Amino acid sequence: MTTSYVIKGAVLPHGAKSDIAIADGLITQMAPDLNIPGATVVNAANAIVLPGLVDLHTHLREPGKEDAETVLSGSQAGVRGGYVALSAMANTSPVADTAGVVEQVFRLGQIAGTLDVFPIGAVTKGLEGLELAEIGAMADSAARVRVFSDDGHCVFDPLVMRRALEYVKKFDGVIAQHAQEPRLTQGSQMNEGFVSSQLGLKGWPAIAEEAIIARDVLLAEHVQARLHICHLTTAGGVEIIRWAKQRGIQVTAEVTPHHLLLTDELARSYDPVYKVNPPLRTESDVMALREALADGTIDIVATDHAPHPAESKECEWQEASFGMLGLETALSIINKTMVETKLMDWSGVAERMSSAPARIARYENHGREIAVGAPANLTVMNPTKTYRVDRDLVASRSRNTPFHGMELPGVVLATFFNGKLSFESRLP
Amino acid sequence: MRHLLSIADLSATQAIQILDTAEELSRVSDGPMKKLPTLRGRTIVNLFAEDSTRTRISFEAAAKRLSADVINFSAKGSSVSKGESLKDTAQTLQAMGADAVIIRHSASGAAQRLADSQWMTGSVINAGDGTHEHPSQALLDAFTIRKNLARGGNDLTGIRVAIVGDIIHSRVARSNVLLLTKLGAHVTLVAPPTLLPAGIESWPVTVAYDFDSVIADVDVVMMLRIQLERMSEMFFPNVREYSHYFGLNRDRLKMMKPNAIVMHPGPMNRGLEITADSADSARSVILQQVTNGVTVRMAILYLLLAGSQESGAQL
Repeated sequence: MTTSYVIKGAVLPHGAKSDIAIADGLITQMAPDLNIPGATVVNAANAIVLPGLVDLHTHLREPGKEDAETVLSGSQAGVRGGYVALSAMANTSPVADTAGVVEQVFRLGQIAGTLDVFPIGAVTKGLEGLELAEIGAMADSAARVRVFSDDGHCVFDPLVMRRALEYVKKFDGVIAQHAQEPRLTQGSQMNEGFVSSQLGLKGWPAIAEEAIIARDVLLAEHVQARLHICHLTTAGGVEIIRWAKQRGIQVTAEVTPHHLLLTDELARSYDPVYKVNPPLRTESDVMALREALADGTIDIVATDHAPHPAESKECEWQEASFGMLGLETALSIINKTMVETKLMDWSGVAERMSSAPARIARYENHGREIAVGAPANLTVMNPTKTYRVDRDLVASRSRNTPFHGMELPGVVLATFFNGKLSFESRLP
Repeated sequence: MRHLLSIADLSATQAIQILDTAEELSRVSDGPMKKLPTLRGRTIVNLFAEDSTRTRISFEAAAKRLSADVINFSAKGSSVSKGESLKDTAQTLQAMGADAVIIRHSASGAAQRLADSQWMTGSVINAGDGTHEHPSQALLDAFTIRKNLARGGNDLTGIRVAIVGDIIHSRVARSNVLLLTKLGAHVTLVAPPTLLPAGIESWPVTVAYDFDSVIADVDVVMMLRIQLERMSEMFFPNVREYSHYFGLNRDRLKMMKPNAIVMHPGPMNRGLEITADSADSARSVILQQVTNGVTVRMAILYLLLAGSQESGAQL
């Protein structure tokens, strides 16, 4: 017999108050003041209940880089952040470019068992951008891959990109593009602009992102395929996506929490914890991204959670790896940057962090409206309670969070995955 | 101040104090007994993770004239070339009791990383970090300009300086722009648009693409080295064309104001950014720069390290 639960006193995304009863993996009852004998009570007074969060962009590092993260440690970080589904990027070692590797990652996720781990398949063999990976075999595998990405690398060859976009139409897949023109970003270290000119760090110009987005929305239009743009960072990129959507092109876009909060000014410390790809941009880019997320030009928030071992960050900036942790802090940063600023309400958060990512990736049991009969994948969070980020207390195996020491609003109290309490906060 | 990492960290007053101290110390260097006992018993490490014979020798001479013990730690044949991290190197030097580390490194920000980390506690002196800064070079350049051109005052008010060449990759240019403008000089950067960084419109300088339109109006022409290894990145069509538009040659030398001087941080590519007759002309103060380099670096070490072990607080 499975444990049943009652979430007491919570507020739903659209503002109504309701208790939620959970049994056998499903939401069984919703009403004010539910009393169910034998059910475990989760006190959610002053809390919001969201459909469980879905991340479309996670680096779990297994296989190959288990010193940085494993599927298990990443899953634990995920549930602490309120996630019920992660999408494991393909840049592992070996690369997830065969059915064998994606099935291995999928199985590791099931063994960890705290949330769904959906592998993303590589677009090209070895992420080299030259030949298509076994896309069909990955789609047909036990992992049923629907999202393909060479993330970390751009699919730079326009012919390869065209073929990939076309090919995945066969099973309603989507290509998630890491938009970075490689020739314009050779050796790039940070955003190209005033700060890079002063620091003597090689610039990563906004145009290198925008040129690929522009090319790929036109390709997607031409072949009538689905395109997803990973980690959008520039005001110019937002304009192109807005134009493409108005034209009816099937394009979606994501933004990371760090690009909604941090700017390239932080590079002045030369502390590589602020080194990330694409790089932190300027204040005006941050404001454009927030607006675009609010008005739906940007469809989703994705973490680009990128763990790295200490030695990859305790070094000179140009030697350091690109990437930041994101899973455990994402929801509170969206609360800080989007909700507290009144740009978005909680139903907007539910859409951008759960429903829309689930829809884009075709994760059918996720992102559903909170209603009787739906799978009990839920995130309970107190939006007014604050906490101080401490890199020594993260669930991730790595500690490269740029938010260390920050006081953030919004504490995840509980995460339910298929009706099981996968995380409960021990904070008082 | 415990470290010298960037000119941006210095006030004009602090910069002038370094130049004035160098002035006093130069009298010692000119005298028969070149050595002072000031830093006796202190250990200074020259950590040169990038080749630079000139700067290393200059710092070494400066430290020795102040009676410090100098340890040279250079990249070739050292643990750095074996892949040892900056952190491990710093902790090793700390364990050996270094009072100061003079660091030259190919990574921008390496000196600041060393100073901000908990890896070592001694003073850190930036002897050139990637394409970021080279503060001691700017200080010796300002000292040389002041000695040759200052009109009575102790700063550089009213002096016009042109810095010519590969600005985008030049730590010398970055430090000089900060320091010379801080001291009241007007700086014009002369380069093809490809060798100027994006964002330069916010620097406190004038930018010019035409050397000939600038050269007759300036008191100082500072030529920068063109690094031949950058040729593959297509910053300009070829060396001949670069020399034609941006090289200092006999014709341009003739256009200069009567008392204007020619500077170069070295090492020079004779025949590329500067012709031999320009480098060796009466206007050239390039060897003075080398001489002044030692005294200015003595002043830096003196102000950072002399006095109590704890404070070193004159700066």
